[in-house]
Amino acid sequence: MQQRLFLSGNEAIALGVKLSRPHVIAAYPITPQTVAVERLAEMMQSGDLDAEYLHVESEHSALSAMMGASAVGARTFTATSSQGLIYMAECLHYASGGRFPIVMMNANRALALPWSIYGDQRDSLSLLDCGWIQVYAEDAQESLDLVIQAYRIAEDKRVLTPVMINLDGFVLTHTYEPVLVPDQVEVDSFLPSYDNPYAMNLDNPKNVGFSSTPQDTMEFKYQQHAAMLDAKDIIREVDAAFGTCLGRRYGGLVSNYWTEDADCILITLGSIAGTVRTVVDELRDHGFRAGLCRIRYMRPFPEDEIAELARPGRAIGVLEKDISFGFEGTVFTNVNSALMKAGMQVPVLNFIAGLGGRSISRGDIREAFTDLEKARTGESVRNVRFVNLGVAT
Amino acid sequence: MIKPTIQPYKRPCAISEYPVGPSFKAGHLVSGNSNYRTSRPVISDAACIGCLFCYAACPDGAIFRNEKKVRVDYDFCKGCGICARECKVGAIAMVKEE
Repeated sequence: MQQRLFLSGNEAIALGVKLSRPHVIAAYPITPQTVAVERLAEMMQSGDLDAEYLHVESEHSALSAMMGASAVGARTFTATSSQGLIYMAECLHYASGGRFPIVMMNANRALALPWSIYGDQRDSLSLLDCGWIQVYAEDAQESLDLVIQAYRIAEDKRVLTPVMINLDGFVLTHTYEPVLVPDQVEVDSFLPSYDNPYAMNLDNPKNVGFSSTPQDTMEFKYQQHAAMLDAKDIIREVDAAFGTCLGRRYGGLVSNYWTEDADCILITLGSIAGTVRTVVDELRDHGFRAGLCRIRYMRPFPEDEIAELARPGRAIGVLEKDISFGFEGTVFTNVNSALMKAGMQVPVLNFIAGLGGRSISRGDIREAFTDLEKARTGESVRNVRFVNLGVAT
Repeated sequence: MIKPTIQPYKRPCAISEYPVGPSFKAGHLVSGNSNYRTSRPVISDAACIGCLFCYAACPDGAIFRNEKKVRVDYDFCKGCGICARECKVGAIAMVKEE
């Protein structure tokens, strides 16, 4: 029986973690993730959650502790944001290389300097290559559901790769909405207990995290890459199984809205997809065939799903809260590569928006669709545009 | 004090034969790492009283005990000489490598 509760994104994450029955949690509080770990601490205090909760002095230590716990077969959770995530950077590579199926929440927040606590996605997107599965939630319901799904994906023996669940800072972490919370019996029927055949214990002493020479290192890296590619099928399987058990499906690696007959498709990720969807509805009411493709998983990248969007006579835009200085948005680079490999030549535009918490209005999104229509009909449009920049360049 | 030694292993012929992640049964998939040593510690069994100060001081964990005798794993000993310096009874001599 699912209970309807009024929750913020952070609280939805904490409840998802509790329902997943973790053994060990370690996290260092950082705005805007703090409420998630505070709620977990409260559950520990009240006895609602039976786990080990480690006090650590930094994010680097939090993730290091998770690796130790994971190595002996514990289900683990940590959470961070922005500066905390990049402070973890060394450990992120360790965790994925060690094949520890850790689940972590990241509250997407701008990186200093200038110091800012507000949201954008430059923190996680700058760490796309750290070997973690990266997924971006749109709302609090998906955040809760993703935690439960993430453990099943990460711990699958074909995957054994950590998962980073990204929530837009404040917009998603601090906004309250009604969320259906499954009961423990339902979650238990979907998520088996963690059984790692490679766990270390006294009967099975191991070298954990050894070094390797040029003779073997490349094979370990290939193994990681192959597991990540295999994860695509497992992500789709888990999405379907979650639908059967708990009644909600999200569409696998991407979630499409009115893309089938669209002339102009905007690709984006995270909570802004909700606003794009309302603009697509408005434009459709006026006969403008707009569509939305929300990328859920940035790694593994939905290469085939993106390539399928490209058809002659169509224009594709990427709206992202990111910029790779001196080039373009990283999501745009990834999308372009998928289109190029599929041999699809369609006009593509990049909209850089929402850096450091700058709001993205429906008007901004309508303008993006106007640009796409111009590009589609052969007009010259700036390829990479900063949306809603407050002053003239 | 019981130290696993390097175990011979079959070279993997396929990715599936590699351990999942760099965690494996102790002693396997490891190669010796000491060929730059300039001098080696040699323990005199007659002088050694088995106090294991050298074991506690060794930064590489290269000292172990085998049948009540203290031994050095020369596959991993870097020849730093800390054991010889710490030995209270002078049982360890540093001998130049040829």
